[in-house]
Amino acid sequence: MTRYAGNAAALRALVREQEVHRDVYVSEEVFQLEMAHMFPNSWVYVGHDSQVPNPGDYYGTTIGTQPVLLVRHTDGKVHVLHNRCPHKGTRITSETCGNTGKFFRCPYHAWSFKTDGSLLAIPLKKGYENTGFEQSHAAPGMAPVRHVRNYRGFVFAKINDGGLDFEEFFGESLSSFDNMVDRSPVGQLKVAGGVLRYMHNCNWKMLVENQTDTCHPMVAHESSAGTVVEVWKKAPPGTKKPMAVEIIAPFMSPYEFFENMGIRIWDNGHGHTGVHHSIHSDYSAVPGYFDKMTAAYGEARAKAILDENRHNTVYFPNIMIKGPIQLLRQFKPIAANKTLVESWTFQLVDAPDMLLERTLMYNRLINAPTSIVGHDDLEMYERAQEGLHSNGNEWVNLQRLYSPDEAEQTNVAVNGTSEWPMRHQFRAWTKFMTMGM
Amino acid sequence: MSMVAEAPLKNAVPTDQELIDFVVREARLIDQQRFDEWLDMYADDAFYWMPLEWNQTDPRLTCSLMYEDKLLLSIRVERLKGARTFSQKPKSRCHHVLQTPQVDSRDAAANSYVTWTPIHYVETRLDEQALYAAWVTHHLSVENGKLKIKLKRVDLINCDAAFGNIQLFM
Repeated sequence: MTRYAGNAAALRALVREQEVHRDVYVSEEVFQLEMAHMFPNSWVYVGHDSQVPNPGDYYGTTIGTQPVLLVRHTDGKVHVLHNRCPHKGTRITSETCGNTGKFFRCPYHAWSFKTDGSLLAIPLKKGYENTGFEQSHAAPGMAPVRHVRNYRGFVFAKINDGGLDFEEFFGESLSSFDNMVDRSPVGQLKVAGGVLRYMHNCNWKMLVENQTDTCHPMVAHESSAGTVVEVWKKAPPGTKKPMAVEIIAPFMSPYEFFENMGIRIWDNGHGHTGVHHSIHSDYSAVPGYFDKMTAAYGEARAKAILDENRHNTVYFPNIMIKGPIQLLRQFKPIAANKTLVESWTFQLVDAPDMLLERTLMYNRLINAPTSIVGHDDLEMYERAQEGLHSNGNEWVNLQRLYSPDEAEQTNVAVNGTSEWPMRHQFRAWTKFMTMGM
Repeated sequence: MSMVAEAPLKNAVPTDQELIDFVVREARLIDQQRFDEWLDMYADDAFYWMPLEWNQTDPRLTCSLMYEDKLLLSIRVERLKGARTFSQKPKSRCHHVLQTPQVDSRDAAANSYVTWTPIHYVETRLDEQALYAAWVTHHLSVENGKLKIKLKRVDLINCDAAFGNIQLFM
């Protein structure tokens, strides 16, 4: 049964000012339309250029559910290609990442392609003479994703020609990337430490929403962060607070802490929590780091960079970054009720190793499939995915601190417990879902 | 459920059989959810390490699934008892199958003993059941006449795969 395909009005009706219909989370048809329209209309993160430092280096990922490759061409430029052979559709690369040399070679029939995707050679090429092959879909080679932008190392791609250009799509939100990169004394990040991959039996948007949900930590994480606080109370007085306690205990901060931290709203579903402070504000100083930053930027600028405490910056549609600890999470949709969460970490080039050590500790304590904080969250998402099948109420409430004039506002800072960012994400969802319909 | 309490070592230097019995006992305590007794098998400066990468050598600047000291392990054990630990309502159960542990090295002078144990581990909750295969390396030493775990390393055969929740201990 199709209710939504080609029906922009029906899709728009799923999102009301203060609530959204459960079909945005549970309907497989709506999910397929997200893959066909919303993701291709958006600028989607496809990787960091430090993952492909040399010509021929590649990394395979997805835009929505479509397999693509990030590859460094011989001219040094990063290209994004659809990862299928134009002949039979075979995935071209064998490993998730590696170096292909000067060309890709399909393992099925040995068609080969330059690292910009263009067709290099076909065995027994004469078999295609006088067949009109030049006019075929196969002739150009591996199809490129035409709209690619590398912003300070972070590579984004947009599949459709329509939609917004990069600057218009992201606007002022790029300041969170700037702050994360500026935290390196040489202004450079490098993917480091490995990626945590965590499978979630829930809709990808539940994860995106949760990044700005500041009314859940002290409730859902009472079991983990609350236990940390209780166990730590028993430590003998004067014991140095371990890094792990510094990381987890702030999840138990009271409502006032989160109300006062503030949330900033930007256009197109982007926004961040932690306008004034965040759970990362009170980490111990890392010896030698501030000196390096001061030497690189001067004291005032170094201080300004490090005084930013943005908590979670959500980039619509499906990533979140934590500037103060150089972490990026991507919520990769697999099905309406299945999402792969990848949590990536970055090293600040030319900064002390202890920063990476702390980032990795944060990642495994909070974002791993073995993380007690992760267990708390996933339990809630999966219960919601199940509960939404109830017909007793087909709507999900996003009403907290709603104001009727908010749709027209942008770049505003509001109460840190507002659900405005979620409403804002769904306004963007409607926009990019129905764009061009 | 009953299992005799841990017997003190007969001599200052443990026999191979005592090392093997100790490793088997650890798995049984986890399966029987006797986590306080289980935690007591760990030295105060112990680490439980579950690498993320194949042949991982560095737990500090390479991420792991777990790299936890006794404080973090005790937090996990406390959390499992918590009234508001919703991801454990209902509780998970687990089941270890161990190959006979092999004693890889014994150095009485350094008070260091290493065993290697291939395992299959099943964790289940509600209608879901997951099977994991791993090699477990125990670094043991004798403290006050009892064996203690200094380091337990769990190398999953698919350490780099995407997993759902792993809530108990392998």
